[in-house]
Formats: sequence, C-alpha cells, structure tokens
Amino acid sequence: MAVNLKAKRLGVQALAAALVVAAAAYLVFNTLANLEARRIASGFAFLWREAGFEVGESAFLAYSAADTYARALLVGLANTFQVAILGIAAATVIGTAIGLFRLSGNPFLKNLSSCYVEFLRNVPLLVQLFFWYALITEGLPPAREALSPLPGVFLTNRGLFFPSFSGAPELQGFNFAGGAALSPEFAALLIGLSLYTAAFIAEIVRAGVMAVRRDQWHAAQALGLERRHVLRYVVAPQALRVIVPPLTSQYLNLIKNSSLAVAIGYPDLVSIANTTINQTGQAIEGIAIIMAVYLTISLAISALMNWTNARLR
Amino acid sequence: MKRIPNLLLLVVILYLGWKFVDWAFVRAVWQPDASACRAATGACWGFIVEKHRLIAFGTYPYEEHWRPALASIFLVALWALSVVRHFWKPRLILIWAAGLLVIGVLMWGGVFGLPYVENERWGGLILTLLLTTFGLAFAFPLSIFLALGRRSELPVVRAICIAYIELIRGVPLISVLFMASVMLPLFLPAGMSVDKLLRAQVALILFAAAYLAEVVRGGLQAIPRHQYDAADALGFDYFQKTFLIVLPQALRIAVPPLVNTCIGFFKDTSLVLIIGLFDLLSTIKVSLNDPAWTGFGVEAYLFAALVYFVFCFAMSRYSRSLESPGLGGAASLR
Repeated sequence: MAVNLKAKRLGVQALAAALVVAAAAYLVFNTLANLEARRIASGFAFLWREAGFEVGESAFLAYSAADTYARALLVGLANTFQVAILGIAAATVIGTAIGLFRLSGNPFLKNLSSCYVEFLRNVPLLVQLFFWYALITEGLPPAREALSPLPGVFLTNRGLFFPSFSGAPELQGFNFAGGAALSPEFAALLIGLSLYTAAFIAEIVRAGVMAVRRDQWHAAQALGLERRHVLRYVVAPQALRVIVPPLTSQYLNLIKNSSLAVAIGYPDLVSIANTTINQTGQAIEGIAIIMAVYLTISLAISALMNWTNARLR
Repeated sequence: MKRIPNLLLLVVILYLGWKFVDWAFVRAVWQPDASACRAATGACWGFIVEKHRLIAFGTYPYEEHWRPALASIFLVALWALSVVRHFWKPRLILIWAAGLLVIGVLMWGGVFGLPYVENERWGGLILTLLLTTFGLAFAFPLSIFLALGRRSELPVVRAICIAYIELIRGVPLISVLFMASVMLPLFLPAGMSVDKLLRAQVALILFAAAYLAEVVRGGLQAIPRHQYDAADALGFDYFQKTFLIVLPQALRIAVPPLVNTCIGFFKDTSLVLIIGLFDLLSTIKVSLNDPAWTGFGVEAYLFAALVYFVFCFAMSRYSRSLESPGLGGAASLR
C-alpha cells in the first residue's frame, strides 16, 4: 500500500513535470521555426546598436538618439524609478491623511474622505491618467497666460514649473525656462498614480488603526497621555504591524502600474522597450527585459518586506 | 482654535465644489453643437451626446447597433441574476450557456437573417463586458487548480504552481498583454493564427487566474484541520475530500474577496486599449480624434469614469453585503 502510494505520487509529479517540459519545448520549437521563417534575429546583441530615437525626458542620465538601446532602456528604468519613488512618497502621505480623516470625529471630513476612497477605487487607473493628462493639456492655459497659484509656481498646458535651487522659472518666448519643471506626461502620471494608490492606502491605514484594540486607547488615556502621544507611542507601533504587509503590496502595485505611462507617452521602461520592440522586431528579448526588471523589483521588495516584518514582531 | 483648520478646509472644498458644479452644470452645453461648445465656458456634454453611438458600440455596423445593445442588456441581466443567492443552483450554468449562445448569435449573426459581423468590428461597452465575462469564466476554474496545486503535498506540482503565480503577479498586466499580442503568434505553428481579440482574452485569463488563485488559497487556508481529518476518517480519497468537503466551504469564505478581485479585473480590462482593442475606454479615446470635436478630453474621461464607477460601485456594494453576517458568509461556518 505505502509503496503503491509512493509510486503514484512520483508518477503524478513526473507527469506534471513532463507536461510542462513538453509544452515549453513545443513553444520554443515553434518560436524558433517562426523566427527563422520571418528572418527575425535573436539574442541581445541589438542592445549595443544605436537606438536612433529621441526620448521625451530623462530623469538623471544624459541621452541622445545616437546612444545605444541599452542606454535608452536604462533611461526608461530611471524614469520608472523617478515616478515610482515620488509616487510612493506622495501616496503614503495622502493615503495616511485620508485614512485618519475617515476615523476622525468630524462628520464632514469623514464623509468627504469616504467619497474620495469610493470614487477613486472604483474608476480604472487608466481612465484617471487620461483624465489628468487631458486636464493639464486642455484645461490649463498656455504659457503666456499661466496660472500662478503661488509666486514662482506656474501651471501651463506645457507643464508645471517650480522654483528650485538653480533659480526661478521665467517666461521666455512661448514657454518657461529655469527652475524645476514637470512635463504634462510626468505630472499626469504622478498625480494619477499617487491619488489612486492613496485611496487604497487610506483603507489599509484605517483598518490598521481600527485593529488596535479599544482598551489600548483607554489604557493610554488613563496614563494621561495626550491624543497625539497616544497615536505616536501606543497606537502607531501596533497598527504598523498590520499596515506594513498590505502597504508594501500597494507600493509594488504602484510600481507595476507606472507601466501605464506608455498610454500617455511618458518614457518609462515599458514605453521605451515598446519602441525598441517596434524598431528591432525582437519582441521576445524586449518583453523578457521588461518582465525580468519588474520581477527583480517585486522579489527585492518582498524580501525587504519580510525583513521589516521580522523586525516589527 | 482647533476648529479653524477644519473651517478653512470646509471653505476651500465648498469653493472648489461650487466651481465644479458651475462648470459641469450651470455653464454646460448639452446640445451636440461644436461651435456652441467652443463658445461656452462650461463643460461640453454635447460631445457625449454627439458621439454616444461610437462610444457605446465602436465600429459595429451602424444599422445593426440594436444587436450589441440587446447583447449588453442580456449580459448585464445574466450578471444581475447570478448575484442573487436564490439562483445559486446548477441550473444557473444552463441559463448562462443559453444566454451566451443568444449573445453569440446576436453579435456574430450569420443566421436568422442577421448579417455576419466579424469580431474585429466589435467595440464599446459590450467588448468590455465580454472580456470581463469570459476572462472570469475561464480564469476561475484555472485559479482553483492553481490554488490546489500551490497547497499540494507534491513538491513538483507545488513548484510549478508557485512559479506561475509569482511570475504573473510580479509583472505588470501590460507586459502580459504585450506578450500575448506580439509573442503569441510566434508560439503557434506556422499557418495558425489567432485574432487580436482572442489574444487579449488569453492574456487577461492567464493574468486573472494568478490573482484569483491567491484569493482561493486564502479560502483554503481558512478551512480548519479537522475538516480534512473528518474526510480522511470517512475514507475519502483526495478528489472526494477536495471537491466535496474542502472546496465548497473554502469558496464560500472566499466569495467577498473574489468579488473584489473581479472588480479589479473589470477595471483592468481597460488596458486592452494599449494593444489596440476597441473597448469602452478606447472608443471614448477614439471619439476625441474627430477634428471638429478635439479638446473635450476632460468631459470625455469624466464620462468614462462615471460609467466604470457605476459598474464597480454596484459590485463593491454587493461584495460588502456578502460580508455582513447571517447571509451564509464566513460567520455561518463556525
């Protein structure tokens, strides 16, 4: 009986493995035949050829059309990181504020933040990105009639301009120069990603605070702590244990969602890989690069989360 | 003193709210008249009125628009029927089969004197609804096998399922869609081709299955050990134990999070726009290309947001009603 069962288990596993290997082999065989028939090159040699296309904006790296595909992809990756890091910071601040508003005693704040969460969670991110992009490019005035809500800050349909360490933006011809600028694409992506993710973070923060038992609040108040000290020293440390794991997966979602940049023309990794695929025809390599990069980020963040979790306990 | 920031916030929000109402209703133009829209300082809802046919039905032949309209109504009705607990019986599957057959006949035609319409011309709301329906219909059974596989005692089976689930969950949907649209033709033997709609559908199914599998796994983990022991004591084999004892209870627990995953999936179908399919969002985007009507993107996307919101909000309310105790949710198990 036992031997029989063992043989059966081995058999099932061998069958499963064989099926997967056979399916993979079949796909690889077909792909090779198709690549041959269509005369598509394979391998990653294309990475070192000249890209020949311009990139709308580059966060940290200098880039020109004469650079290689590898450098173009690196620029895309840097752009992905730029929008993801700023987005994560903004989404955390907004999300925490809205999550705490939902718990506040003020009915106006409470209902308003509930409406925010309900509305933003139930509309696809892509619609929201298109909306913000349309609002910036159609709703804002041209540079000469720029909106200036604060001195030195200018909102135009060509982008948002702020003063920076290097100086303040000034109108030159048809556009602003100097200071720091956000392109319409970047601004729309950043606003869209932050506000959308903030709605999910708000729910996580709310659930985390609610998970701290009532008597913890009472005990802290009985000790004579002020409300903000109760939050800081008693509630927050306990709530964080509940909050951190789902929060991390929201951060991961934000990073993955930043790939929607391709739809509004912000040159993130996916967008540049897509251009590369269209120019070289090497779809398999291009998609492999995208997937490998996102998988690495996902696994790295998961590992980091496990480490943080272990420390919080 | 503490009330002053709140009061300030109230004033700012009321001011912004009034600005919005003023723009969206008071100064809005409702007639489909482009020059009146350009002259006005408010919203141009006339754009939606002008383009409603294109938005709702895409490039489906104009005279045949009643067919996707009827099909959409049928599909929404089928969904509405399926959420009522009273109808959760085996015959629901028969109702679905019959309903989908009718929808297929309506959409493709070619029989009963209906002209044939190839699926390249399908578009608008019905495409979004069909992608969601078939996506879930195929992804759900697949997800059950993946979840069972992930909890299997057989290391090879477990490894395959974990690898699949984590791979798909680790990458953005757009990369899976790209893979399906560019790589799928390379995977198939020469001479065999798959149309664009089917390719996108396959990608959506493969993607949704990984996420649903994790929800089903959550349900499976909630089943107490003694349920397995009891099944073993009755002499049940693996399949009897799984399909008669464990899964029915696990799925019941998993219904509310499953509905939430379905909402996410419904929203995610909008990404097919990027690979060139004419779903609801895509037809709205295309309708902005008309030179006479460019520049009304804000109105168009607010309308898109409203349509998606109505569907998703209804589903999320439903999911919340399932979580309330006394309805046979998780609470009634113990």
